[in-house]
Amino acid sequence: MANSPSSRGRFGIHGGQYIPETLMNAVIELEEAYDYYKDDPAFNAELTELFNSYAGRPSLLYYAANMTADLGGAKVYLKREDLNHTGAHKINNVLGQALLAKKMGKTRLIAETGAGQHGVATATAAALMGMECVVYMGVEDMERQALNVYRMRLLGSEVRGVSAGTGTLKDAVSETFREWTNRIDDTHYCLGSVMGPHPFPTIVRDFQAVISREARQQILKAEGKLPDAVLACVGGGSNAIGSFYHFIGDEGVRLIGCEAAGRGIDTWETAATMNTGKLGIFHGMKSYFCQDEYGQIAPVYSISAGLDYPGVGPEHAMLHDSGRAEYVPVTDDEAVDAFEYLSRTEGIIPAIESAHAVAHAIKLAPTMGKDQTIIVTLSGRGDKDVAAIARYRGEDLHE
Amino acid sequence: MNKIADAFAASPNGKAFIPFITAGDPTIAVTEQLVKAMARAGADLIELGVPFSDPTAEGPVIQDANIRALKNAVTTDDVFDMVGRLRAEGCVVPLVIMTYANVVFSYGIERFAAREREVGLAGVILPDVPHEEKAEFAEVFAAQGLDVVSLIAPTSHERIREIAADAQGFVYIVSSLGVTGVRSEITSDIPGMVALIRDANPGIPCAVGFGISTPKQAAKMAAASDGAIVGSAIVRMIGAQGEACVEPVTAYVREMAAAVHAV
Repeated sequence: MANSPSSRGRFGIHGGQYIPETLMNAVIELEEAYDYYKDDPAFNAELTELFNSYAGRPSLLYYAANMTADLGGAKVYLKREDLNHTGAHKINNVLGQALLAKKMGKTRLIAETGAGQHGVATATAAALMGMECVVYMGVEDMERQALNVYRMRLLGSEVRGVSAGTGTLKDAVSETFREWTNRIDDTHYCLGSVMGPHPFPTIVRDFQAVISREARQQILKAEGKLPDAVLACVGGGSNAIGSFYHFIGDEGVRLIGCEAAGRGIDTWETAATMNTGKLGIFHGMKSYFCQDEYGQIAPVYSISAGLDYPGVGPEHAMLHDSGRAEYVPVTDDEAVDAFEYLSRTEGIIPAIESAHAVAHAIKLAPTMGKDQTIIVTLSGRGDKDVAAIARYRGEDLHE
Repeated sequence: MNKIADAFAASPNGKAFIPFITAGDPTIAVTEQLVKAMARAGADLIELGVPFSDPTAEGPVIQDANIRALKNAVTTDDVFDMVGRLRAEGCVVPLVIMTYANVVFSYGIERFAAREREVGLAGVILPDVPHEEKAEFAEVFAAQGLDVVSLIAPTSHERIREIAADAQGFVYIVSSLGVTGVRSEITSDIPGMVALIRDANPGIPCAVGFGISTPKQAAKMAAASDGAIVGSAIVRMIGAQGEACVEPVTAYVREMAAAVHAV
């Protein structure tokens, strides 16, 4: 039986489909459509064409010579997802899902957004493909990322503020699920990370896996060998799983996810799920979540709106359980320092999310040999964060 | 006693009026009074919501009730203790917990089920646990003689038979698309859904929820099924009246129960 209980979409014990019955046929329909199109040459050709001619792929693997010299250890390469159209890795997933939704006959996209990057990417794909688009965003995040709100409206999308709960990413996800139960027939929920009910964690991972597919070829060409470590920041975990995926089978490659520790994992103001959370069920999946002893989801905190999420994708939870990937906490302070460091050292302003991975590279590279290499995924560019970082340093910018 | 099936069997006409309240809203003491008062006013089965921080199937009215209850620091244990007191005082109305998967999972599914049986609860309704994920909970609850209630929705179509065949206690028919909340009309084909349920599982009662607020709607839904479930309309009253809610809620439940029992 296709629907045998608890067998669908599992990563180890994680994953599953913990959603209202109202949505079950929608995710089954999505799974069936994806199973068909993922192996359809025409679909894949169309997606590759969008990647290359619209999003600007393949993205560069850039050798950060200044950073490498300064840190005095492993050679540091940056996978430049920040150079993609719309300025982040989010476009990879969104182009794939929008194309899939279109093939399914859907005319409307809905999406959640934290930092606004996924919302902007979804609004962009909707504009390109002539689809209606509504983006849900926490009111707190709308304040932190006002430019992205305007950007989405400019692209023809409606942005709806979510004031429930903490007014951040998790509340935006909840509200988008609620909206999906309200309007299913013509609407696809374009989920932004490797989370939610099956088949989303698989679909999003597959569309983001282009990152490691390219990076693997690029590093082999540049160095003639695989990297010693791959680093990426982890909120829900989409750029990280995309960066890890084609290296999972290469046992010599350390996979390191960098979580947002906020003010520290010994404080309540943190979003480091692997380091502080426990096993739970939320937003459609079994995985690790920041929560209290009665299972109430914790109001997490990070300087980065894109990592400010109390859970993590189920495939990461499995990689954590098996020890195949490591998950390290990076504080606000460390991330802001790394944000400034990369700007000064390489002339690249990273997204504050990506700066979490850069921060760990700054710690890791000096401990490694000069014959070793690490790849750090720069998931997005930092223009959106400049005002917030200035504020963090006590300076108020008036744009 | 205290079983879900008893609620339907004991009703004057086999039709159940099923009110929902969020435990701890406005206080756990008022919830205790409400349960007793609603039972006296004719409620056949009462759904007690254990508050959750992120109730993804709820509309704004019940979301706010969850926030109020959590602001009062109401815990799962407080709800079990309250039910224990109600039973000790001789309140026998069947009670079923409605909450979210993580509340049960984090407490420990076995421990949750054991506490339910101990205090005299009848089972659980988990709106974020569909048929595919039900076994993880249902097997543990069944071992304690408790029911995990299945839900079907207007989008369930060909899934209805399989869900109904495997259902325990009663089948919760979600009347409409969207989240909980009052609706001016219900357009789904309820009789069609009921027919499929009855065909797959002739012994299982079914009741309709989501959107019902008037005696007329309740009577119509009870006529088409075996009962009517009302949440947001009551919770809105509690939100507006606070600690003074017991009297108006009791009057409302009396009117609604009478409408259902007159079908």
